[in-house]
Amino acid sequence: MHIIDGVGDLFKALADPTRRKILDELTERDGQTLFEICGRLVMKHGLGSSRQAISQHLDVLEAAGLIEVRREGRYKFHHLNAAPLEQVAERWLRPAKEKP
Amino acid sequence: MKVNLASVYVDDQEKALRFYTDVLGFRKKQDIDLGEARWLTVVSPDEPDGVELLLEPDSHPAARPFKQALVDDGIPFTSFAVDDVERETERLRGHGVTFTQEPTEMGPVTTAVFDDTCGNLIQIAAMNEPS
Repeated sequence: MHIIDGVGDLFKALADPTRRKILDELTERDGQTLFEICGRLVMKHGLGSSRQAISQHLDVLEAAGLIEVRREGRYKFHHLNAAPLEQVAERWLRPAKEKP
Repeated sequence: MKVNLASVYVDDQEKALRFYTDVLGFRKKQDIDLGEARWLTVVSPDEPDGVELLLEPDSHPAARPFKQALVDDGIPFTSFAVDDVERETERLRGHGVTFTQEPTEMGPVTTAVFDDTCGNLIQIAAMNEPS
């Protein structure tokens, strides 16, 4: 894992409220189509962004490693991957662990 | 003027007729031989004189890429009304139907999305009881 390179992307990805909402919704149910994500943002949060805009948000989250896209036959599902957030915990919450 | 017809583009009319009647529970209304294709419609048993759904061949070269692009993004081609989305989802799953979206409360409606086996995703929806 590229901790130094990746962490900038990680914070940039988390800096946007719509992207945080996407992660919230994937926490509620992991593995959603673009359609479901857009529906949840509009109907539950009143976020009427275009499908293209949401698609771009998903690209940013994917680049930061926070979501993974899984192809299943003709379908495409988005999954949450919280593992990169471990970097934050390792750096500030559990720094002592690295120096036994 | 009134709306009396809606259509879905299907990859095989006979297969579509089986799915839309045997699995979904619609009834065949019109079946007219047009040579290369059939004028094939189904209706809801609840509204036999209501809107007809035309099972239309997707043979136009633009139709299949369009359908695939919708499926890629999980977008249903159309939506049908049901009384209870959860119950209908269970029933259809019992018939081996694949869902790309589990029943989900979306504000005033609950929706789910399944594959019609003819190249489309279809949404089922019900209004939620006002709490």
